[in-house]
Amino acid sequence: MKASNSLWREQLIGRMPPHLAKELDIFENEMALKKQGKIDDKIFAETRLRRGSYGQRYDNGERYDGHETRKLPYPASPLTKGPNTLWDAPGMQRIKIPFGGLNAEQLETLAELAEEYSDNIAHITTRQDVQLHFVHIEDVPSLQRRLAAVNITAREACGNTVRNVTACPYAGVCQGETFDVTPYSKATAYYLLGHPDTQNFGRKFKIAFSGCRDSACALVRIHDIGVIAVTREVDGRTRRGFEMYVGGGLGTVPYQAKPFEEFVTEEELLPLCQAICRVFARLGEKKNRNTARLKFLVVKLGMEEFKRLVREERAILQPDARWTNYLEDVAQYEEKPLKPPSLLQISAAAPEGFEQWRKTNVYPQRQPGYAMVTVALPLGDITADQLRKLADLSRQFVKDTIRITVEQNLVLRWVSEADLPALFAGLKQARLDQPGAGTIADIVACPGTDTCKLGISSSRGAAGELRARFAQRNGSPHEAMDEAIRGLRIKISGCFNSCGQHHVADLGFYGVNRNKNGYAVPHFQVLLGGQWTENGGAYGLAIGAVPSKRLPEAVDRITGRFLAGRQNGESFQAFVRRIGKAECKAMLDDLTQVPPHDVDPSFYTDWADAREYTLGDMGIGECAGEIVAPIEFALTACEREAFEAQLQLDKGDFAGAARMAYESMVHGARALLECRVVPFEQTPDGILDQFRTSFYDTQLFFDPFAGGKFAQYFFAAHEQSGAPQDADSAHRLVEEAQLFIEGCHSCYGRMCAQPALV
Amino acid sequence: MNLQHVNVKIFAEGPAPADLDLAGAIPVFHRWIQGNVCEELLIDVADYRHVPAGPGVLLVGHEANYSLDLASDRLGLLYNRKAWREGSPRENLSQAFHAALAACRRLEEEPEFQGRLKFSAGDCEVIINDRLLAPNTGATWQALKPAFEEFFGGLYGLAGFTFEHSPDPRERFRVGVKANGSGISERSPN
Repeated sequence: MKASNSLWREQLIGRMPPHLAKELDIFENEMALKKQGKIDDKIFAETRLRRGSYGQRYDNGERYDGHETRKLPYPASPLTKGPNTLWDAPGMQRIKIPFGGLNAEQLETLAELAEEYSDNIAHITTRQDVQLHFVHIEDVPSLQRRLAAVNITAREACGNTVRNVTACPYAGVCQGETFDVTPYSKATAYYLLGHPDTQNFGRKFKIAFSGCRDSACALVRIHDIGVIAVTREVDGRTRRGFEMYVGGGLGTVPYQAKPFEEFVTEEELLPLCQAICRVFARLGEKKNRNTARLKFLVVKLGMEEFKRLVREERAILQPDARWTNYLEDVAQYEEKPLKPPSLLQISAAAPEGFEQWRKTNVYPQRQPGYAMVTVALPLGDITADQLRKLADLSRQFVKDTIRITVEQNLVLRWVSEADLPALFAGLKQARLDQPGAGTIADIVACPGTDTCKLGISSSRGAAGELRARFAQRNGSPHEAMDEAIRGLRIKISGCFNSCGQHHVADLGFYGVNRNKNGYAVPHFQVLLGGQWTENGGAYGLAIGAVPSKRLPEAVDRITGRFLAGRQNGESFQAFVRRIGKAECKAMLDDLTQVPPHDVDPSFYTDWADAREYTLGDMGIGECAGEIVAPIEFALTACEREAFEAQLQLDKGDFAGAARMAYESMVHGARALLECRVVPFEQTPDGILDQFRTSFYDTQLFFDPFAGGKFAQYFFAAHEQSGAPQDADSAHRLVEEAQLFIEGCHSCYGRMCAQPALV
Repeated sequence: MNLQHVNVKIFAEGPAPADLDLAGAIPVFHRWIQGNVCEELLIDVADYRHVPAGPGVLLVGHEANYSLDLASDRLGLLYNRKAWREGSPRENLSQAFHAALAACRRLEEEPEFQGRLKFSAGDCEVIINDRLLAPNTGATWQALKPAFEEFFGGLYGLAGFTFEHSPDPRERFRVGVKANGSGISERSPN
């Protein structure tokens, strides 16, 4: 779309690393071939995904405008950039930032790109990426050439590849770390980038590095490979190494990564990662993307067999000098401060708001006289002007020591403490002085329905509303709120895919749909008691869905109850465990009610949207009366059963939990069959057979994006019904049952939109 | 010089009322999409009210975006031309300005803002949103100044106007324009 697109290549020759320049020439040629119809849609889609160029909502050229679903008549139609994805439709550009490390020049370039190709906003993600939205595909080569000129590549930011390699943003300056993992994460990122052994995955692959076990800053337990710095005495010498975990991941059903090796030496880090990648590429699922992540392969093979295969693979790897060459860089790696250390002198002349900000956004470094400063970004968003001002401040106060956090913020490291008031004044001038980093008001949210094709509810709208209310109610939430509440984490995803990392929050929410009174109503499932610390040490479980518009009330209810009922300084997780899930659910029961449309239509629109809510732009449902009431009742009963399965799980009755979860799925399937008035045998086998025929084979149950995945959960549960269960498998089954029931709700919604199906 | 990607921000008159809620722009922009009220293909609405001095509420289009913009802490209606456009520099400047002005007038009439939001056609800034085509230099300004003078001379008439340009190489090419009189001349050209 930019008139200058044809000029940037010439302009930047000599400033781009030659290999990146060549890659972008190739991509531009592939775009030209696509326009000539010489590249298949699917191949081009994966090609652009591997360049970080992602689809956005409505890129199929249809959008529900509040009254009807309308075509978006783009000029280049019917040219596409992937299956059912129009060429002209705005897309998202993801830019991977290995270990979250940025310098001032890169901030300035990101600012320019946000202004010229996007909507003046750079969005920080939970995996230390930067995203630009509403980008035209024709602008992508120029955009990426400008990135290449400052040594950033978007290669393999999306697609079935090794995604951004993340690391603790405090690495090297943290008081509690074993050693600085920065150079190791960097070496791993660039070793695996474009490596032939990482090009044939069935799904994405995520790696994270942490300097310690206890904190949350890198969340290694939610990754395909998670690496924690450890040391060991070997022959009287302290050797650096890594505790390695594999097979973690959030997504629809979360898995905790399991211990793989207690001590991986520095020399073995890269070859072992490579060997794991090779086993994943060779044996990982390729056809069914719903079971293609490494976590499924590890469970399928069992950890011991997986280890055996990896070791076998490692033994036959051709040696590569890069496995150890990087250790020279490690030895020389040192981040230097701009200024000598100093002590903060608090004076009456400190800028207004400084003390409040310092309490939540400033942390002392391991190195005396220095502090790290968190720049809290609302919903991960920063403007181009702010990026430039931050670049200026980083040049003034620190060297190129800026990091992205997994909480969608930025960190400046090596601030000489006496400079803190001046830095704060600069941030204030840039409107980047928001206090409350790491508090309940610092909410994480994925893009959700704003721009994501998978979004069900408006995660950003809800998060924005919560932030505004925290600020309004208390003036300063960070100051006035009780310490116990202030420290809680809220994370919101727009759907079950967990990009907002809702499983590892004290209060997690993910978007779901409910059909009420003949209308689709946006809701959020509430998850309580996830553990953020210990690298994402435990996952919360859903206790029930509340209408989106009642989310703020739900948060107040939960935090208020915690504040009133907390005993002896117990943690929120301990509180939830003590009062029990049944009590937690009861606490929110009255908030699950949705008033009739004519009484309060606001419940039927989502936050920050004026259109009547639909799922997948499908329009208002017309089901009502006798046919609707029984299925709504039946699906509610299924949810209760799935919840009761959780209670069994909490009691340690894994077999009971699995049985109840499975039964809830059977009942969900039966509810749909009864709604459709098809004859079937009233036994689990009969229900499953007819469900398969009527809903799976016809694809009526298929979610537009998850396909038949949730039905497959039901089939697998039926097949394994009565099998022995442990805590992990029962937990998983409960999660899957909840998702299957969500699938039933969605399917019912689609049926309502097409009354002939009911 | 090929003048493309012209952005025009027309500022709100005086300080906006303290209780003016930009959330009102969300239903307004959705209605504009429903009613196809602009010449561009309108796609969606993005809410950035949470970002201080940010894009405010944005109406995303294919050829251009419209936003109730808060950049530099000054409320205004920003028209951001994204698509290439045939025409002389003066014509492209005129198109962007009049698209912005039409959106201002439409917003002023919307029930959410009626009587509470007024834009000043005599106070605006023009940004060329392409650093390569129009680097923010004195040379660019010298090349474009005749087109600016011709267009704004016709727009503001005899009362005259002042330009403000500062050549910061990091910024996009940007010119502030302030009419000396009260607004647009009767003989305002298209």
